[in-house]
Amino acid sequence: MTLEQLRQRIGEAWARATPLRLRGGGSKDFYGNAPRGELLDTRGYAGIVNYEPTELVVTARCGTPLAELEKILHDHGQCLPFEPPHFGPAATLGGCVAAGLSGPRRAAAGAVRDFMLGAKIVDGRGRLLGFGGEVMKNVAGYDVSRLLAGSLGTLGLIAEVSLKLLPRPPCELTLRLEMPQARALEALSRWAGQPLPISASAWRDSELSVRLSGAAPAVRAAAQKLGGEALAEADFFWRGVREQSDAFFAGSDPLWRIALPSVSAPLALPGRQLLEWGGGLRWLKSTTPAQAVRDAAKRVNGHATLFRAAEKSGGVFSPLEPAVARLHRALKAAFDPAGILNPGRLYEEF
Amino acid sequence: MAHALRAFLPARAVLYEEEDTRPYECDGLTAYRQLPMIVALPESEAQVQRVLKTCAAMRVPVVPRGAGTGLSGGALPPGDGVLLSMAKFMRVIRLDARSRIAVVQPGVRNAAISEAAAPYGLYYAPDPSSQIACTIGGNVAENSGGVHCLKYGLTVHNVVALRGFTIDGDAVAFGSEAPDAAGYDLLALAVGSEGMLLVVTEVSVKLLPKPQCARVIMASFDDVEKAGSAVAEVIAAGIIPAGLEMMDRPATHAVEQFVGAGYDLAAAAILLCESDGTPEEVDDEISRMKAVLERAGATRMTVSSDEAERLRFWSGRKAAFPAVGRISPDYYCMDGTIPRKRLGEVLNFIAAMEKKYGLRCPNVFHAGDGNLHPLILFDANDAGELARTEQFAAEVLEKCVAVGGTITGEHGVGVEKINQMCVQFRPDELELFHAVKRAFDPHGLLNPGKAVPTLARCAEYGRLRVHGGQLPHPDLPRF
Repeated sequence: MTLEQLRQRIGEAWARATPLRLRGGGSKDFYGNAPRGELLDTRGYAGIVNYEPTELVVTARCGTPLAELEKILHDHGQCLPFEPPHFGPAATLGGCVAAGLSGPRRAAAGAVRDFMLGAKIVDGRGRLLGFGGEVMKNVAGYDVSRLLAGSLGTLGLIAEVSLKLLPRPPCELTLRLEMPQARALEALSRWAGQPLPISASAWRDSELSVRLSGAAPAVRAAAQKLGGEALAEADFFWRGVREQSDAFFAGSDPLWRIALPSVSAPLALPGRQLLEWGGGLRWLKSTTPAQAVRDAAKRVNGHATLFRAAEKSGGVFSPLEPAVARLHRALKAAFDPAGILNPGRLYEEF
Repeated sequence: MAHALRAFLPARAVLYEEEDTRPYECDGLTAYRQLPMIVALPESEAQVQRVLKTCAAMRVPVVPRGAGTGLSGGALPPGDGVLLSMAKFMRVIRLDARSRIAVVQPGVRNAAISEAAAPYGLYYAPDPSSQIACTIGGNVAENSGGVHCLKYGLTVHNVVALRGFTIDGDAVAFGSEAPDAAGYDLLALAVGSEGMLLVVTEVSVKLLPKPQCARVIMASFDDVEKAGSAVAEVIAAGIIPAGLEMMDRPATHAVEQFVGAGYDLAAAAILLCESDGTPEEVDDEISRMKAVLERAGATRMTVSSDEAERLRFWSGRKAAFPAVGRISPDYYCMDGTIPRKRLGEVLNFIAAMEKKYGLRCPNVFHAGDGNLHPLILFDANDAGELARTEQFAAEVLEKCVAVGGTITGEHGVGVEKINQMCVQFRPDELELFHAVKRAFDPHGLLNPGKAVPTLARCAEYGRLRVHGGQLPHPDLPRF
């Protein structure tokens, strides 16, 4: 598949006002509102365009399997710093950026958008457009490439992306400590205010897991300070948290992803919770009515996403304030005037 | 207009006499000057909102301004509009050590945030060289960097939320202290938008724990290209230094006379290579970096032995612009970014341009992130030199684009680099930028004419620089 073919396909859809469902491996079909439209499969547009380890940059096509990309980076001692979830072996780079989901390292390293350096897109009129580039600092023009992270393909088909990379930490160690949620939150907040190499944290069932990453002497010194037991199967554990294969995520109850200021007190909601990102992310398995979950998040200046559920008719993402919603509609119209790209996937109204 | 503004602003906050508006005629790019019709100095969000609503209703342009230290003319006033000074918004609203967030007004100086956070062992990471004067509002507008951004990021990585108003006076909030705010990442879009999408009235920034210790290596090289390769070698060794800066010999000589930083004046180029963290981490990283630099051909290395020496090594780099200002009547600072591996090629190109235009050009370089600041020395009173300087700069910026880089890494486009935007972007892309602008500002009243050129302007610029009979945009109508 060529870029020109992708461009033509969207150009035709624009001419005929046909809604398109942009899709890579389909590993995140469950996420967001229900996909609709004619299928445009991006997997045929795959491969690494440019990888320069000493420039800390990779540019790759949207259909590149995420696992394949990460393997190549791994072989060069580098990684995608935001540790994205795959949710299945079919995950592609395009889907990773469109979903904008980051994994356990997010609180320490940053989110997908923080590592976006540039992108080529096909907009809703079938125009091929490029923004940003392969350099670390670039303030020429509006920062459209970061805007694409988490846009769920509603602004354009993300055809190629350039991402900033980081070296893989030379040493990692996960510690496990027994403590109730409130104490875990207090400890995480205290540690975050100190120069400690904490790269991930997770709390569930009275167990707090903390991953340290960095130079061996720094990891050793921090481990002494934090205490607890070293966890033997740490990679397995963090993969379980990231990919939701951990036992916590089992069962058919709706799964909520509640983001809030990390220092917020424990949320008093029925159901089970798993905390990440130093307390800034709280996963909730619960049958509590959607409004009650959203209200609880809003009271602490957070927001709740209905991440996995059989029934999503009430919307997946937190409603936007009216003035901000107006800007969303106007931006959507700027990129996709006919509203043909993944319509309704992010918000029902566009 | 003044009458309309005085309905809700005190008389001293609405300036229109020439003696009062003169100080606002330019920002840090003094080559461009324009007296504003009116300067408004509101001090509350409600007043900002009314200024914007009044201007929108009367279709009068508005240009927001912080400390006016910008280097690209982003705050150049409108001759027929209102310069909106945010200088009175100087309050730190909230500093929460537990969540490591500072909520500040846009007129708070960059360095003042770190000063306010210091008692809690925290600081705000981005440190543009103008940090003692520049404001956080201006940093947001320009997505400012500094000397530590390879490791700690730019403004966009360190701001978690913004409050402000659109030109129509709609209150908006982007981002939040909760990660991954719902919807499009309007926070990322707003940062670096050069005051063209909204007027920011409140900024929430991340504070980081101050590293326990930091040390810097000063390494000398007898060849500029060798110094460039050494930078790549450091990165290839899996090290992300806290700071990685390069200065060539003309730059170190200018600086040394000015601040006495202790630089090796015999070297063709020096690298400043900093490590920060726990004492264990720093010891480990410094020894690894020394080994890499030695292999890469460093002729001399000095590691800072205490905090005073570390700050002295940095003082030279941070004073590079004023130091150059002392050896030449005027200087013109460029801001291109290039892939690091093309450094040698670009520096050779600059050396050739020095000969071609008969102008000197010392180089300081954020080597870690590929951001070049060549400084062309000239005399603005000599009209010929000014014109040659502009051509020199244009050629260098276009070279940056040609090697896969960008015309501006951290200073912004403003009015200064607007023609080079025609080289970096194609007409469809520029048109999309205009569409983004219209989504926020349908009548084009907020900082009009900056950052994104009209297609007509690009056609005109292209006509002036036809290369090999080929116009850059042959598909455009000509005027």
